[in-house]
Amino acid sequence: MVATQEYKVIGTRPIRHDGLDKVTGRAIYGADVKLPDMLYGFVLRSPHAHARIRSIDTSAAEAMPGVVAVMTANDMPEAADELVDLGEGAINFSHASDHIMAMSKAKFKGHPVAAVAATSTNVAREAVAAIKVDWEVLKSAVTVDEALAPDAPVILDGWVGDDLGEKSTKPNVGSHFRHEFGDIEKGFADSTTIIEHRYDLAMVHQGYIEPHNGTAIWDQEDRVRLWTSTQGAFTVRTQLAGILQLDESRIKVTPTEIGGGFGGKIPIYVEPLAAILSKKSGGKPVRILMDRPEVFEATGPTPGGWVSVRLGVKDRKIIAGDADIRFDAGGFPGSPVGAAAMCVFSCYDIENTRIDGWDIIVNKPKTAAYRAPGSTHVAYAIECIIDEICEELDLDPIQFRLDNASKEGTRRGDGPIFPRIGNIETLEAARDSAHWNAPLDKNPGNGNVRGRGIANGYWFNVGLKSSVNLSVNTDGTVMLIEGSTDIGGTRASIAMQAAEVLGIRAEDIIPTVVDTDSVGYTDVTGGSRTTYATGFAAYKAAQNLIDELTARAATIWDIPEDEVVFEDGKFSSKSDPELSMTFKEIAGKLNETGGPVSSTGAVDLENAGGGFAVHICDLEIDPETGKTDVIRYTAVQDVGKAIHPSYVEGQMQGGAVQGIGWALNEEYFMSDDGQMVNSSYLDYRMPTSLDLPEIETVIVEVPNPIHPFGVRGVGEPPIVPPVAAIANAINDALGIRLREAPMNPGRILEALKEKNG
Amino acid sequence: MVDKVHVKTTINGQEYEFLVEPYMSLLETLRDVLNLTGTKEGCNDGNCGACTVEMNGRIVDSCCVLGAEVNGGTINTIEGMATAEGLHPLQQAFLEEAALQCGICTPGFLISAKSLLEREPDADEHRIRYWLAGNLCRCTGYDKIIKAVQKTQATA
Ligand code: FES
Ligand code: FES
Repeated sequence: MVATQEYKVIGTRPIRHDGLDKVTGRAIYGADVKLPDMLYGFVLRSPHAHARIRSIDTSAAEAMPGVVAVMTANDMPEAADELVDLGEGAINFSHASDHIMAMSKAKFKGHPVAAVAATSTNVAREAVAAIKVDWEVLKSAVTVDEALAPDAPVILDGWVGDDLGEKSTKPNVGSHFRHEFGDIEKGFADSTTIIEHRYDLAMVHQGYIEPHNGTAIWDQEDRVRLWTSTQGAFTVRTQLAGILQLDESRIKVTPTEIGGGFGGKIPIYVEPLAAILSKKSGGKPVRILMDRPEVFEATGPTPGGWVSVRLGVKDRKIIAGDADIRFDAGGFPGSPVGAAAMCVFSCYDIENTRIDGWDIIVNKPKTAAYRAPGSTHVAYAIECIIDEICEELDLDPIQFRLDNASKEGTRRGDGPIFPRIGNIETLEAARDSAHWNAPLDKNPGNGNVRGRGIANGYWFNVGLKSSVNLSVNTDGTVMLIEGSTDIGGTRASIAMQAAEVLGIRAEDIIPTVVDTDSVGYTDVTGGSRTTYATGFAAYKAAQNLIDELTARAATIWDIPEDEVVFEDGKFSSKSDPELSMTFKEIAGKLNETGGPVSSTGAVDLENAGGGFAVHICDLEIDPETGKTDVIRYTAVQDVGKAIHPSYVEGQMQGGAVQGIGWALNEEYFMSDDGQMVNSSYLDYRMPTSLDLPEIETVIVEVPNPIHPFGVRGVGEPPIVPPVAAIANAINDALGIRLREAPMNPGRILEALKEKNG
Repeated sequence: MVDKVHVKTTINGQEYEFLVEPYMSLLETLRDVLNLTGTKEGCNDGNCGACTVEMNGRIVDSCCVLGAEVNGGTINTIEGMATAEGLHPLQQAFLEEAALQCGICTPGFLISAKSLLEREPDADEHRIRYWLAGNLCRCTGYDKIIKAVQKTQATA
């Protein structure tokens, strides 16, 4: 499955431009920022999931030697109570401010209530411990069902959510919406097979290895400078401006290298606190680093909750689908339930559908995006039910999916009509893969049992805004300035697209990620958009550069511009074959023939072209202990066009492994009073190298018609199928349907006991 | 305020002499006192391996060792892995095999893998996975990291 066009740079595997700094320890991440006269901040956090602040006494902290500034919510500027668009999602700054530092009430354990800046982290920690808070502990609700119960506590005072266009009568409903097409009642009435189940998932964390951080200066001219590791420097600027009540032009955000994000480093947490502490310290720089428990308890994990799906089938066609999706948003509204609703039926062409989405406020950290946010949850439900249908009707799971696959022209469950998508090609590649066709010995003879599962997954991907500047060096290289944080090799994938246009090598482009003062607005590295959209901006900038250089060639040769052509990396004259210059040759002449040449490219892309991933999983279960080992795993995905195949494979593998952790082990283990009791890596237990086999990859390329090189978003689809693929494999091995994730040894043993009586 | 401890140690072949608070971890000492920020913090409690360094010939999580403990000892960190002659073969293999995405785990993996290959140059895949299980990577799924170590073995 190869894209039709031949490329020179695209599809090759050059060494990434920032690689050397990252294998030598030289790359500067957020925690490595050190400024002269810098102070160290630390945050006091609520020990309760839900509690009113009667009073705070900071006097003992203020009196401690080495303490320079102490702040509480009283020091937060009053922010507007309105919704502002952030590109990927929207923000209410009054909520954001209350989230950054609790005004009157802690809404989750870990909610900040005060912060200190001191001459060392240790002094700051001791000072924080000396702050006294008089708490009135309130009843908490930590699951969607608890928060919707008649006796549920009111978590967000004064909040009235939207319930299908009406004011909600329940206090903790963030929102309830519905998408409906066709005639759902008739669809089910006509169905000969109907299967319905509810699937529950626990809250999980992105688990990036680098904790959040921020180093800020708020000076006497009301200028704020911030260094932080973020997925989007401009989005940080917008959030800071809203929370600090400053014009964006007074804020400069410098993105450092970033140690993982997966959606979790779009919101800000400690950054405004560092800025306010800096202001209170007379403009000294203040650095705040989170520790690991703070990351788990007080940043934005992805929601838990449940998804209930009912499917109706007639003559091997799914003709009706009904979904009810309920996510716990955390202490403030805004879970990714909207995205979940866009994804739930997207792998299938179903005439009659209804989707209900509920965003529920609970006493847990406010959720954020996590790689294809919401889509893994809904895939768990629908892909398992599809498997059950195949089992009941004795159908081949891939053929049934193919017979019902969404394709160009299919209406997605929330309305839009699919453009050219690669769902069918991805399923076919899985069907034809070595893994799917290899026999599996279900009883390997050691007392364990094995099973194989498959699942499909979809993510819509986003486009949004990006800017790129190019300037030509006289040695024939090109500087590329961009605003997209490089979280996993995008300097390379963006530079390669410019190099392809310019007819030079990837190594001849020198990409730099710069601060918000130094490049045009660029949205977050998220939504699988960076190689697609910032790559598109680089493509445009490179085209503009060629136009400039074409004009320059005409001047040099003294011929009309339309006489000059650029082909195969060479400028030449249409009429005089003697007149020809390579990119490098013309670059060397620029300074003598009119001066430097540079260009810009900017895009605002409404559409992105969705991506599909089909995963195949073999696993082996020890029925004595319930321990499950993944023994073979293959990720198949339509990527449109793989710019740098190694990093495309890396995304597929990394996403698959995060999904494997989610399926088998990871969860926020909550006590009844809303305490996360496993807020360390030891107890949260993400997959290690020893837990995993090789992750095989099959790249499918169905070019995205709206991108010059056919790129589709790659990063997110691979986390969508794993939970369902593993659930289906467990069923294949044991004949047991586990409808609650994680499907850990305890749950497997319980289910086995129930089955065997 | 407690008195600081006087420490003399060799880091990456270089003599260092400094004062450190007795409660400071080796990780904090490297990063905050000596400005060797190539060694990273992911958890500060011995569970991620981002802070891995070699101490007296063994790999340790530097967040679980006190700075004062290294007096008279020898430490090797990521900053000492490449030389004037060039990159260590593992560093080169990590680049060629795309064994890093965000790169925050990379220094720890490189120090751990170097220690493995020095002891067991012929370690098989399972042994490599076992040895590196103390280093968490959330981006790569480990596949390309394992392949980079195997490539280094093959070209040694
Ligand atoms: S920081 Fe030392 S093991 Fe994580
Ligand atoms: S590359 Fe990001 S944690 Fe390993």
